[in-house]
Amino acid sequence: MADPSIARTAPRADPPGAGALVSLGLVPPATRFSFRGDAAAADGCGRALGLALPRVACRSAEAGDRAVLWLGPDEWLVLAPEAETVPLFAAVEAALAGVPHALVDVSHRQVGFAVLGRLAPALLNAGCPLDLDLSAFPIGACTRTVLAKCDVVLWRRGPDAFRLEVNRSFADYLAGTLRVAERGLG
Amino acid sequence: MLLIPCPYCGPRPELEFRNAGHAHIARATAADDQGWAETLFYRDNPKGVIAERWRHFSGCGRFFNALRDTVSDGFLASYRVGEPRPAAPPPIPEGEAPRIGAGEEPRP
Ligand SMILES: [Zn+2]
Repeated sequence: MADPSIARTAPRADPPGAGALVSLGLVPPATRFSFRGDAAAADGCGRALGLALPRVACRSAEAGDRAVLWLGPDEWLVLAPEAETVPLFAAVEAALAGVPHALVDVSHRQVGFAVLGRLAPALLNAGCPLDLDLSAFPIGACTRTVLAKCDVVLWRRGPDAFRLEVNRSFADYLAGTLRVAERGLG
Repeated sequence: MLLIPCPYCGPRPELEFRNAGHAHIARATAADDQGWAETLFYRDNPKGVIAERWRHFSGCGRFFNALRDTVSDGFLASYRVGEPRPAAPPPIPEGEAPRIGAGEEPRP
């Protein structure tokens, strides 16, 4: 697959200041788990992770460099540093022995993008119909949604900072789409 | 863009949803031709309020039921699978935006 970060550094004729208004970069490789289970399983998973799984729709929880994103009433996305994949998986499985649940390592299924800058919401809204105003989509909000026809997970890290998780095979297309949209921001 | 109220996530853009046909279809208990025909093919197709299954496909992924007015295309209510069909609210006056529900906190 072509590296989505390459085009970012390629010379191009941008309007003045465009690069400063929004930047798009790959986040480092990470541990990603898809976790599904009922309330009891979620409690056990939270104990193993060291942070409670969020029960409020479309909200995330963070502790240190680990995060859990609510994706559905019985579905979460766990994010952690890359080196933790094996021990963290084992820890969760050990905590949930005998408790029905589904824990799947999807670390390599997805690619993470960091979208930063004052116009980051405007850039995302070029292909995403969600209301990204801070009152409707506050810091810490997360959800699966549609961005330029791709299913993505969108997570707000700050007023001007978002993290995008997209399936690997869509990453190149999505980066290109956002780069084209960026030219319209001025 | 039309906003569809997901009972888990609140009002969300229609692009995230997939329609899944009529809700509350009672399956035929007898496996005769007429019973199966009614289960599979016979639908009300009302002009007015209809109860439908929807899936928040590019969101929480959950199926739910919703009342929709086939005349105005407005969503009148949405409710979780297993909950009874609510009474249909009065029709939306012409020119007004459809009422949409807010997302609820998940139940314990
Ligand atoms: Zn939903």
